[in-house]
Amino acid sequence: MNPIPISMLIFYLFAGIAVLSAIMVIASNNPVRGVLFLVVTFIASSGMWMMAQAEFLSLILVLVYVGAVMTLFLFVVMMINIELTSQKRKFSYYLPFGAGIILLLVLMMLIALHPQYFSFGSMPSGVLPKGANTELLGKVLYTNYAYPFIVAGVLLLTAIIAAISLVHRRPRDCKSQQVTEQIKTRRELRVRIVNLPSEKKED
Amino acid sequence: MIPFTHYLVVAALLFAIGLAGIILNRRNVILLLMCVELMLLAVNTNFIAFSNYLGDMAGQVFVFFILTVAAAEAAIGLALVTLLFRNRGDIDVEKMNLLKG
Amino acid sequence: MNQYLYHVVLGIVLAPLAGSLIAGLFRNQIGRLGAQYATILGVFISFALSLFVAKAIWLDGISPKDFLGYIWMSGNTIFPFTFKVGFLIDRLSALMMVVVTFVSLLVHIYSIGYMADDDGYQRFFSYISLFTFAMLMLVTADNFLQLFFGWEGVGLVSYLLIGFWFKKESAIQGNLKAFLVNRVGDFGFILGIAVIFTYVGNLDYAAVFSHATELAADKISLFSGTSWSVVTVICILLFVGAMGKSAQVPLHVWLPESMEGPTPISALIHAATMVTAGVFMVARMSPLYELSQTALTLVIVIGATGALFTGLLAIVMNDIKRVVAYSTLSQLGYMMVAMGASAYSAGIFHLATHACFKALLFLGAGSVIMAMHHEQDMRKMGGLWKRMPITYICFLIGTLALCAIPPFAGFYSKDTIIEAAQLSTIPGASYAYYCVLIGAFVTALYSFRAFFLTFHGKPRMDHHTFEHVHETPWVVWVPLVLLAIPSVLLGAFLISPMLYDTHTVLGNSVTVLSQHNVLAEMKHEFHGALAMIPHALLTVTFWLVIAGIFVAWLAYIKMPNLPGWFAQRFSLLYRVFVDKYGFDALNQMVFVKGTKNFGNALFKIGDRKIIDGFFVNGSGISVRWIALRARLAESGYLYHYVTAMILGLLIFLFIMLTSGVID
Repeated sequence: MNPIPISMLIFYLFAGIAVLSAIMVIASNNPVRGVLFLVVTFIASSGMWMMAQAEFLSLILVLVYVGAVMTLFLFVVMMINIELTSQKRKFSYYLPFGAGIILLLVLMMLIALHPQYFSFGSMPSGVLPKGANTELLGKVLYTNYAYPFIVAGVLLLTAIIAAISLVHRRPRDCKSQQVTEQIKTRRELRVRIVNLPSEKKED
Repeated sequence: MIPFTHYLVVAALLFAIGLAGIILNRRNVILLLMCVELMLLAVNTNFIAFSNYLGDMAGQVFVFFILTVAAAEAAIGLALVTLLFRNRGDIDVEKMNLLKG
Repeated sequence: MNQYLYHVVLGIVLAPLAGSLIAGLFRNQIGRLGAQYATILGVFISFALSLFVAKAIWLDGISPKDFLGYIWMSGNTIFPFTFKVGFLIDRLSALMMVVVTFVSLLVHIYSIGYMADDDGYQRFFSYISLFTFAMLMLVTADNFLQLFFGWEGVGLVSYLLIGFWFKKESAIQGNLKAFLVNRVGDFGFILGIAVIFTYVGNLDYAAVFSHATELAADKISLFSGTSWSVVTVICILLFVGAMGKSAQVPLHVWLPESMEGPTPISALIHAATMVTAGVFMVARMSPLYELSQTALTLVIVIGATGALFTGLLAIVMNDIKRVVAYSTLSQLGYMMVAMGASAYSAGIFHLATHACFKALLFLGAGSVIMAMHHEQDMRKMGGLWKRMPITYICFLIGTLALCAIPPFAGFYSKDTIIEAAQLSTIPGASYAYYCVLIGAFVTALYSFRAFFLTFHGKPRMDHHTFEHVHETPWVVWVPLVLLAIPSVLLGAFLISPMLYDTHTVLGNSVTVLSQHNVLAEMKHEFHGALAMIPHALLTVTFWLVIAGIFVAWLAYIKMPNLPGWFAQRFSLLYRVFVDKYGFDALNQMVFVKGTKNFGNALFKIGDRKIIDGFFVNGSGISVRWIALRARLAESGYLYHYVTAMILGLLIFLFIMLTSGVID
């Protein structure tokens, strides 16, 4: 019996952590805990990505996702005050259904992976070019995918503007022009001509 | 090397769990967003695995873009959730049925 | 000359139509006088031109002409048939044109007085002119389609005129009845035309008659195992139409009801002209009828039955117009007997004389009704002869003519028919002979009953009314006088040229086979019109008529209690008569109730359940039902949508895996 290679064990470890913490994400009653489990899932996935020679992306996942996006989630969750009631009961009530769906889907995917459908032989397998992953990715990204890269930047900008304009609240005590009111105005509202009796001169 | 199919199986499991989360979750909109993140992660894992298997950097480029889009989606999604909470006082999924026919 | 005559014929037909349209469409513009003069002028033109055509035919001896008026519809190779409007001018149609336009003209004039205080004055004149047009189209037709047009046209106007006083319940009932009964007849008629079209492929008289012998040879199987000559089928079907229009038993029920219309209409349409359309049609189709003994037998039996049994009913009627109506039924029966005995000339002869004296009787009755302020019940009349002498004399002449007293017109025509029935060898002729013979007695009885009840005896109305009865205005009695003259003289003058001259009035317009030709036999015994009068004293017919008059005198003048005693003694018979043999009851039970039930069933099951319930409401309900279920899917919950998406995804995956899209 061949000893299982150490790399396999590490992979299984990461995979197990990822799947279990993913389950915990959806099963946890407390959203804060859910976000933290999601962070764990991301980190485990990042490990798996590292093993698949996607070093740059795996680090990006940790830095950007865990560091930025998940923090954002945490902020929002904490900002919003959610009462934690009766989630559990409903969860277990719908659990068989959800489990059935998961089972069906996974089963289907597993069947799809069967060689009868998914023949590896017909696919050109190859190895990634030698060199630093970051450099390789950068070379492709700034040449072949230059325009999509720019579009992605614009997309992020749009997202920033959208998010800010959605959430931004105008301060209550802010004074500003009311253009419509100014245009709607009539003379009578502004000027009043009053006839005053002429005063007698006091001698 | 780790067999390529293992990645696919793990990705499938993650995807299914994310999906199940969307179906089972009845209270929290934020959890829905998290489940979407989970599913995107599964997809990304698939891309990475194929990229490795085929020896093609394009898969990783795709993951890069997907991460970008996912970040944008998370930002706007969370903004919407904030807005929702501000307007309704809760983010209960079960009460969000204004589109009921 | 030909083209000239064509325009004359066109004028005859179209002048009344023009009058009708003017009076009908511009009734408010031209007013009462305008309508009256427009229509009378139209009919007068028509009458004058008819006389001109008659002169051309009989005095100048023009051969029959078939004018093509207008090709209505024709197809070349796909539908190789032609439908057209054409005019056949021969001796028969010329005679009919004269009779129709003459009576119509007099009725127009008469109506000025009779309808004087009616709101629908212009409408009335428009209708009767329209009727004249339709009737002229009928008699001048040279093909079956146009015949059918005229046939339906007169039926339509008849319907309109019976219901002329459309606010009167009974008038509406009457016109509906006339319309429905005529539908039955017309159905047979159009079937007959369809058979002709199927077998000949052409609706022109000339073409059909030239194929007559072939039609007689052809066989048609109506029911399994029976084989009919095509010509018999055609003749019987056409005769069904004639039964409807000419009110033969059992389709006669509408005619008495039609008396709900104004009296001039009863005179024009339901006595003198329209109801004789069936008789005319049989005479016109004589080349076909001659070839089918079965059809002739049917005609003679139906005619004879009508002649006797409807006459009996006239004895128990109290409404003066109904008595005349039943006598019309009876006389139509006589005409049909003549047709069945192949004495077409005699039938048409009787048609002409009958048109005069029956119009006279109706207009006379109308005159009485006018004088009595629209009272029609004879039990409330009596003794009027002193008050309205002209009407009295004219009515007497009409009655004598009807009873066939020599030398009045009816005598010649009716006597000829009775004799023709006696000599005919058609099966059923002897039955017909006895029917018409007894009918002569019955005719005398009922017509003198009406005469005595109306004009003689003690006045049975109150004194005040009687004092106010006076002779009607001249527009009413002038037509009476004008009709009385031919009622006296027409028979004596026409009998010889109609029946026995070498070139008879009808000439070759009618076809008679030599083995059926009863008139040829009678010709040997004919020695002039005047010689018939003394000869009549020796016939049984004459003495039966005298007996009828005597009984009428006895029962209604001498011993007024007699009818009551008789009615009590033979109450069963009396009831049968009063119930009109139960035809109405039968119709009511079988057809009216049956139709009602059938309609009810259709309404309840077909309309309410199937159409309303299933299709109309059903589609609504099902849409609602589906929508109620469909909106459950539209819950608004995110997770429901997601679930549906996943299920769809699963299904697609499954399909792809099983169908082998991925390989």
